[in-house]
Amino acid sequence: MFFTYLRRELRNRRKQTVVVAIGLAVAIALVIVVNAVSTGVKDAQSEVLESVYGVGTDVTVTQPAAGPGGGPGEGGGPGRFDFGEDDGEASADGMRSLTQDRLDPVMGSATFDSSALDTITDLEHVSGVAATLALQNMSFSGELPDFEALQEGGRVTLRAGPDSSGEASTGDSSFEIEQLTVTGVDPGAAAVGPLTTAELADGRTLEADDEDVAVLDATYAEQQELAVGDTVTVGGEELEIVGTVTSTTGDGVATAADAYVPLATAQRLADLDGQVSDVYVQVDSAENVDAVAGAIEDVLPDASVSTQADLAENVTGTLSTASDLVGTLGTWLGAIVLAAAFGLAILFTVSGVNRRTRELGTLKALGWSRGRVVGQVAGESVVQGLVGGVAGVALGALAVWAVNLAGITLSGGASAGGFVLGGPGGGPPPEGGAAVQDAGAATFGAARPVGVADAANDAVDIVLQAPVSPWIVLAAVGLAVLGGLLAGVFGGRRAARLRPVEALRSLA
Amino acid sequence: MYQIDDVTKTYQQGRRVVRALRGVSLTIGAGELVAVQGPTGGGKSTLLQMLGGLDRPTSGTVTLDGADLAGMTDAQLTAARAGTIGFVFQTFNLIPTLTALENVETALVPAKVARQTRTSRAQAALDAVGLGDRGDHLPGELSGGQQQRVAIARALVKNPKVLLADEPTGNLDEETRDEIVDLIEGLWKDQGLTIVLVTHDSVVARRAPRRLRIAKGTLKELPSP
Ligand SMILES: Nc1ncnc2c1ncn2[C@@H]1O[C@H](COP(=O)(O)OP(=O)(O)O)[C@@H](O)[C@H]1O
Ligand SMILES: [Mg+2]
Repeated sequence: MFFTYLRRELRNRRKQTVVVAIGLAVAIALVIVVNAVSTGVKDAQSEVLESVYGVGTDVTVTQPAAGPGGGPGEGGGPGRFDFGEDDGEASADGMRSLTQDRLDPVMGSATFDSSALDTITDLEHVSGVAATLALQNMSFSGELPDFEALQEGGRVTLRAGPDSSGEASTGDSSFEIEQLTVTGVDPGAAAVGPLTTAELADGRTLEADDEDVAVLDATYAEQQELAVGDTVTVGGEELEIVGTVTSTTGDGVATAADAYVPLATAQRLADLDGQVSDVYVQVDSAENVDAVAGAIEDVLPDASVSTQADLAENVTGTLSTASDLVGTLGTWLGAIVLAAAFGLAILFTVSGVNRRTRELGTLKALGWSRGRVVGQVAGESVVQGLVGGVAGVALGALAVWAVNLAGITLSGGASAGGFVLGGPGGGPPPEGGAAVQDAGAATFGAARPVGVADAANDAVDIVLQAPVSPWIVLAAVGLAVLGGLLAGVFGGRRAARLRPVEALRSLA
Repeated sequence: MYQIDDVTKTYQQGRRVVRALRGVSLTIGAGELVAVQGPTGGGKSTLLQMLGGLDRPTSGTVTLDGADLAGMTDAQLTAARAGTIGFVFQTFNLIPTLTALENVETALVPAKVARQTRTSRAQAALDAVGLGDRGDHLPGELSGGQQQRVAIARALVKNPKVLLADEPTGNLDEETRDEIVDLIEGLWKDQGLTIVLVTHDSVVARRAPRRLRIAKGTLKELPSP
């Protein structure tokens, strides 16, 4: 009788049933879409992070630069060329042609002793560790006016902007600066680190006993018209190119660096023996990530320790906008619509009970207990909620499907942990350098700093894929049923107070 | 069957106090058919509510089969209504979304009888009121007289001791009225039910062996015809 009566009532009050169900369905659909999109955005964020930090990395350890000129890579800081009186060759017209190669840690990061690796390996819950040395190679070639022409006993300091390359002519001088990001990796530790999202495009990968060879990012290799078998100049030394790699993140996405060399080679060329710049840590399970990060901070007080969650906050671009939008607007909108739908369900249920005063009073007069009458009313609204929930899931799935079909592209770059530097958006490199002369020194500085590493320059474009998980479907239906239950509580309370004498009220 | 002693019922309506029953005493024997007449607002329905355990008197006792309805809890009253008291209303009061058969079944729901028994008993009750072939009709598809027959079947399907009817013919035309009164009379004769029939229609009242008149909350026995 319960179900027969329930079904008949809902079918009979079809308009009301449909309105309440639609209200709940829209709210539920919204909840599902918001959740799916925000999950999609999070996935996209971690994909951006993976393209830089690699798959499976839970914690990254870096060391921020102590300040300009600080750190082991002493010598005026990265990107700074110093030429003395005797450098280069003077030519007859008072010009001096110069070439110089510099290999330094990337700007903003310092290196630290690789013994940190062992310290971290010994920590509990650490299941994998890999260290890299991220470097930038700058090569200068060009002509500058002879120094005597500038000032007696003078000295020229050239500071290249961190843009990928610059050409300039200041006065009579003309020069070219080329930039290359180089990461020294441990060929043995492939399970963690930036190369986990790279796959071989040509040649071979680095092997354990490799020395003085390089693997290039395929995109960079193509730009520079380099191929396996050619050489690339790093730190003034020619290294044989043994392979090229591409990112697994997507087509045309650059890997974390332009070139990868064995860690030992990188350390030797940069004159940074036993030094590393980044340590990638894999933790045995997700719930231990924070504990491991804390433990690393304890044993390495100077290090900057970032978890994936910390890093996600540093993802820039439309991704972070989308993340904020979904996070705040979506949640609020969802809550408001949900509250409205609940209110609607309650209103309709209560007014329905009022309309059925005599009917419900009659049932009480027939000996139906209060609990049975209340249960009947509550049952109706719970089923109404269930119907709304199921319709909402269908609607939500449809909406999510549409979102996925629309192929919304989010772009984001990761700027975090000293691995990647950069101002927002890249932008065209400044034209040459602004020349400043003072006290016998010429300083050529970039007008503004721009991103250094590839990952910052090439923001990763990711097509939003919003997933619908089974538990959110369950939670959404639960929410709708909760709405029905709430309406049932209000309607039921009214029905409970109803007295059986109402059956005799003969106001037709 | 009923022993009613000095029952009063007052309603508070704002500052106004309505005395619907002013010390009513009455005895109804088992198997009696009693008609209650009186003007509108005289207290007929109020008396029936007291007899049916739909409401409690302000003072006095209403003893049904030795148990005082006035002193019962809500749950006890509910049980009494479910088992021993059958109601028929002026406005039929069928559940509009349920079929005739299902409406009759609702009276068996509190008794928790098995579904099949419930259906067959409801069908038998419909047969008894001459509507055995209308079980799957909705109330809206039935005439007023037919609806009241369904309501009578609903009241009787649980084999109650008493049948309380409040103006059962009030909404019916004369011909149908007579059919319903015939039906009630027949059931009374066949089943030995105790029936209290409230009506302002003296044609109906005259069919009853015993007649009462209630006006201004005071009960008066009328001479038998
Ligand atoms: N729930 C109530 N609240 C206030 N007054 C009521 C209520 N029920 C009945 N009355 C009053 O009690 C008196 C008797 O009513 P009722 O028993 O319904 O009369 P009848 O059925 O004979 O027409 C009337 O004056 C009516 O207005
Ligand atoms: Mg009345």
